[in-house]
Amino acid sequence: MNGLAQHVIILPVLLPLIAGAAMLLLDERRRTIKTRISIGASLAIAASAVWLLAQVEDPLTPQAFVYHLADWTAPFGIVLVADRLSALMVLVTALLGAAGLTYSLSRWALLGPRFHSLYLFLLMGLCGAFLTGDLFNLYVFFEVLLASSYGLLLHASGKRRVKAGLHYVAVNLVASLFILIGVAFVYALTGTLNMADLAVRLGDLPVEQVPLLKAGAAVMGVAFLAKAGAWPLNFWLPTTYSAAAAPVAAIFAIMTKVGVYVLLRLATLMTATEGSFELFGASWLLYGGIATIVFGASGVLSTRHLPRIAGYVTIVSSGTVLAVIGSGSEAVISAALYYLVGSTLGLGALFLLADQVTRGERLEAAAQDVGPVFSDDYETSLRNEFEGIELAEELPAGTALIAGTYLLVTVLLVGLPPISGFIAKFGILSGLLDAWIDTGPTPMAGTQTAAWFLVGLIIVSGLTTLLALIRTGIDVFWVRHEQASTMALRPSEAAAVLMLVLLAVGLSVFAGPAIGYTDATSAYLADPDVYIRAVLGGVELNPGDVAGLKELP
Amino acid sequence: MELLLAIGIGVVAAAGIYLILRPRTFQVIIGLSLLTYAVNLFIVSTGRLKLGVAPLVGEAPVTDVAAYADPVPQALVLTSIVISFSMTALFLVLLLAARGFTGTDHVDGEEGER
Repeated sequence: MNGLAQHVIILPVLLPLIAGAAMLLLDERRRTIKTRISIGASLAIAASAVWLLAQVEDPLTPQAFVYHLADWTAPFGIVLVADRLSALMVLVTALLGAAGLTYSLSRWALLGPRFHSLYLFLLMGLCGAFLTGDLFNLYVFFEVLLASSYGLLLHASGKRRVKAGLHYVAVNLVASLFILIGVAFVYALTGTLNMADLAVRLGDLPVEQVPLLKAGAAVMGVAFLAKAGAWPLNFWLPTTYSAAAAPVAAIFAIMTKVGVYVLLRLATLMTATEGSFELFGASWLLYGGIATIVFGASGVLSTRHLPRIAGYVTIVSSGTVLAVIGSGSEAVISAALYYLVGSTLGLGALFLLADQVTRGERLEAAAQDVGPVFSDDYETSLRNEFEGIELAEELPAGTALIAGTYLLVTVLLVGLPPISGFIAKFGILSGLLDAWIDTGPTPMAGTQTAAWFLVGLIIVSGLTTLLALIRTGIDVFWVRHEQASTMALRPSEAAAVLMLVLLAVGLSVFAGPAIGYTDATSAYLADPDVYIRAVLGGVELNPGDVAGLKELP
Repeated sequence: MELLLAIGIGVVAAAGIYLILRPRTFQVIIGLSLLTYAVNLFIVSTGRLKLGVAPLVGEAPVTDVAAYADPVPQALVLTSIVISFSMTALFLVLLLAARGFTGTDHVDGEEGER
């Protein structure tokens, strides 16, 4: 990849930045053009992600492409790396973002100022975090995505959102400081912030410094686990996600996956070279993931409020991926990636559907709410989030569509056949059992009982999720309510939900190629030399400087 | 000097953590600021403590790397100061909004049982 084509790697970061910044200059009343720009930008990100995906999938080209910002050579400047994993995550982000933006057209985008800009900045932060190959740059992109998520969470204002936002912001500010502490530890001990360079240099870290580095990595790990929603760092999550506006909650579904992604990326890189630094904390991931699943799976039963249920299902999904990564064998990681994509799309759709079915109760609650604290200069046809929602007697087509997609999303998230959730869970379970039967390659013998426990727990968590979602489904769709239905599905809302559901269905129809891709991804992750060589390829170092580089050509 | 700095960072961080765990939003924001200062000092210290040396290498050939200060932590801390400063400002706005909505400065938006 050379010439202009190499710049496609930075497009997922640049496009939303430019589009979002340009939209700040436009008046709030010019909604049509803002809508076009933002949806166009998110689709363009998706297109560039697809292109990157095709490039890494092409057997003739390398599996990882490196973009040197300002053309600084690798360990000194910042690099962006597009490889199998990051291209996949960027694609999921862009698709989820496009769906959320489409959904927001009919009403949510009108409820506060600068919604589109914030949304695009959030996409920029997410894509940047997935693409970057530099630890400190990762922190900066985390801050970009968090700062815009704070703004988006408070979108449309209201007491509930501000109360949830206070907790969310405080927790995430502390977690960000933890990332900084970890990054400082890593820099102090290894003298590098480049992830590939770090992987090489860990090989010749003096033995007496290893505990200190482990402490730093652990502090960083705690921060990423908090972002991933691992127990006991996730009590803020259901409240925050259920308080957020629906299209915002939908894109938040992938924010927990950023934490998971970083843990996976750093875990594979930091254990790349043989040396005094060994894999540690994998069993913590396994046990932490198990505790997270238990928390999420019992949480879904504790509430009948659909957005809260969706928040707990997010925790279950995140915990499943964490535990599976912690259990460590290659085949399982492939299935976990497939599960991650499917469940993220499903969760996005669930948050959007939850918005439809809970409008009635929120309408009642809003009557007691006080007005907004801040007035702004924007003008909108909507004064509050419920204006113009007419109470319809019956809406057969709209309700049928909502109920139908709700059923599909339930099947997807629970892991029933024939949708991708089943294939993913089946892959995870069979991978875990295979690893147990083989007995040989299981990395940690002591955690085998836990792995057995995990097998049972994944099935049980599916059952509790099924119970909770069916119970709510009966409540919403079958029980006759005193109040008339408030489900008024608009075309753009229907399009967004259908898009996510169809993507999930497509993921099941084309499960063969999709699993082929994730298989190759997990094989690629198991061999981080490709990544390291791609990033550091252009640099000449004295062989004596860095022991691990000797193995490189 | 190392000992003094380490103790200083420790005390500031401890005070920050104590304040973050307090129930009033104002205490939390002061705690966050203190913790930020501690982390920023820690980042500066990762470049080793040196007094009166330049971080940039000039035209002259470098004979002793130890005669220069490490520029990277200085760049990092600048970024982190800016980010945490703006985040504190954002948290302050949120704090005021929460006070306006709930009528209390408790972090949960309601007074706990006494």
